[in-house]
Amino acid sequence: MSPVVQGIITIILGVGGCAAYFYASNLVLDKVIFPPRNDDHGRNINRANIVRPWLFVAPAIFFLGLYLVYPVVGSFFRSLYNRSGNTFIGLGNYTQMFSEEGFRVALFNNILWVIFVPASATFLGLLVAQLTDRLKWGNIAKSLIFMPMAISFVGASLIWKFVYANNPDIGIINAVRDFFGLNPIDVLQIPFWNNFFIMFILVWIQTGFAMVILSAALRGIPEETIEAAIIDGANPFQIFFKIKIPQIAPTIVVVWTTITILVLKVFDIVYAMTGGNFDTEILPSYMMDYMFRDDGRATAVAFVIMIIVTPVMVWNIVQARREMR
Amino acid sequence: MANLKLTDVEKTYGGTVQVLRDINLDIKKGELIVFVGPSGCGKSTLLRMIAGLEKITGGTLEIDGQMVNDVPPAQRGIAMVFQSYALYPHMTVRDNMSFALKIAKKSKQEIEDSVNRAAKMLQLEPYLDRLPKALSGGQRQRVAIGRSIVRDPKVYLFDEPLSNLDAALRVATRIEIAQLKESMPDSTMIYVTHDQVEAMTLATRIVVLANKGIAQVGSPLELYETPNSEFVAQFIGSPAMNLLPGEIVETGETTVVKMDGGGTARSNIATKPEDKGLKVNVGVRPEDFVESDGDYIYEGTVDITEALGEVTLLYFEAHDGDPVIGKLQGIHQGLRGNKVKMTADPGRVHLFHDGTSLLYR
Repeated sequence: MSPVVQGIITIILGVGGCAAYFYASNLVLDKVIFPPRNDDHGRNINRANIVRPWLFVAPAIFFLGLYLVYPVVGSFFRSLYNRSGNTFIGLGNYTQMFSEEGFRVALFNNILWVIFVPASATFLGLLVAQLTDRLKWGNIAKSLIFMPMAISFVGASLIWKFVYANNPDIGIINAVRDFFGLNPIDVLQIPFWNNFFIMFILVWIQTGFAMVILSAALRGIPEETIEAAIIDGANPFQIFFKIKIPQIAPTIVVVWTTITILVLKVFDIVYAMTGGNFDTEILPSYMMDYMFRDDGRATAVAFVIMIIVTPVMVWNIVQARREMR
Repeated sequence: MANLKLTDVEKTYGGTVQVLRDINLDIKKGELIVFVGPSGCGKSTLLRMIAGLEKITGGTLEIDGQMVNDVPPAQRGIAMVFQSYALYPHMTVRDNMSFALKIAKKSKQEIEDSVNRAAKMLQLEPYLDRLPKALSGGQRQRVAIGRSIVRDPKVYLFDEPLSNLDAALRVATRIEIAQLKESMPDSTMIYVTHDQVEAMTLATRIVVLANKGIAQVGSPLELYETPNSEFVAQFIGSPAMNLLPGEIVETGETTVVKMDGGGTARSNIATKPEDKGLKVNVGVRPEDFVESDGDYIYEGTVDITEALGEVTLLYFEAHDGDPVIGKLQGIHQGLRGNKVKMTADPGRVHLFHDGTSLLYR
């Protein structure tokens, strides 16, 4: 059978199946379970209407459970077993992991990432959004700054490998050093600071995201409040920090936490830049090192990441909801 | 307090689009000046130019004898109340009111005293620690007014402050503003509105803006009784003044006009002998019309009547243009479809030629 026919049949079956499910389930509810008949008809209509929403969300709950909740629980149990998965070792994977230098480095680096990347990207995004707001060529500047968003992390890493290249003919950093008569260096091998050179790639990518969201938020501030502040005698800095920032604070939190969640998932940049060498490992790349070799350990790392992400995510959702109101 | 003087003020956007020109106005200390005009006439722009939010592209603006064209808004000694209140949503009422004083680095005690005084004046004391979103529209507008009071400005600027309020609240707040003005007899206020009732009730003098300039300046009753042009005559008063074409047939202390639609109008506006034969528009306010058995200015068939109880509005059949409207005291029934003759007191009949009143020649 040709793939096109297969696809069409799948679509028809899928959409038809959904329609059939909603139609049939409602029919069963109204005619069989709570039929509006006899003395109970009023009460039965009410009862059916209490149950009805659940009919509509049930498929979503089922599939979310299957593909999200079950893997989480499954991973947790897997993390309690040894490498081959046949011996229960309790928290053995965790205790061993925490005692390892490599994990501690990855955890420390990850904390650096979580602090530096969201802060820098949000700050730069806000700065660009404010500075380009009234410029004629502001939109061109914004498009240029937004463009890295369209590049994959690995692609961006390749670009920055050239920027950081240990060769004055290729890398711009070493070209500048060469101009001042300094020897070329490999910035990816400078202890501690190499982390920041890698982080900067993600900042470069995410600034565009922060800028777009914050720019929209800044434009949403009522013009009159700014004019009132001008009449009240506030200078541009006071207007920015005392009138504008507080009014977009919820948006700043959403942008900040969204980038934080992203940071906790990034592994490809580190993988492409250094492969985790020179003490640049972060938790996701550390996890990837163990994946398929020691699934018990890898799932334990995944669990640690999840525990770190969860509170940030809850905060993010709470803020986003508050903003929608 | 201040007097405010505008000399040949004009506003041009982008060097080509002129929105205001030849604005000459002398506002005395303690006056409440109302700018009215049709929408788009530039009344808000003029107010914003006085505030310093829009650049003055020509002419001079003086406050207390000092030219302030290039003085930043905060140093002009003005305060502004916006239509949308423009309260800072993240600050409490107290912080909203003290913001300007904090910026000006006033002492804590001074700020607290000013805020408390203004809050007491506007009955805002129970709400000082609330955020604007927890206040009603009227309360928000009072906070906006309080915010300007604490700055103790020379000139208060109001930009359609009541437009966002519902009808009942608008009346109540209008009276509050009138009382506020009374309690601060020395403060100068400029008030922009498109609402005639606000203009007539609040103003010391009304400035009617039209066609990029000032059409007429005067006290509310001056504008009502002696408008200088057809525009002002029709703009002030509701329903608008009726304009009926005719030709002057007798001149002197009392002018007699033969109406194009038959009938005769007499006006106490004096004319010179050479005016005989002049084509004029006779202006009569709907409320000045009375039913007549003999002499009449206008005769027409009543198309629609609206009985409002205190008055009855008669809309006559229109042949071209707007219908002629009469407003009769009390209740008049059974007039619909009848031919009715209307006349008016000669002291209340206006004469216009080429759009301008013969009174102002």
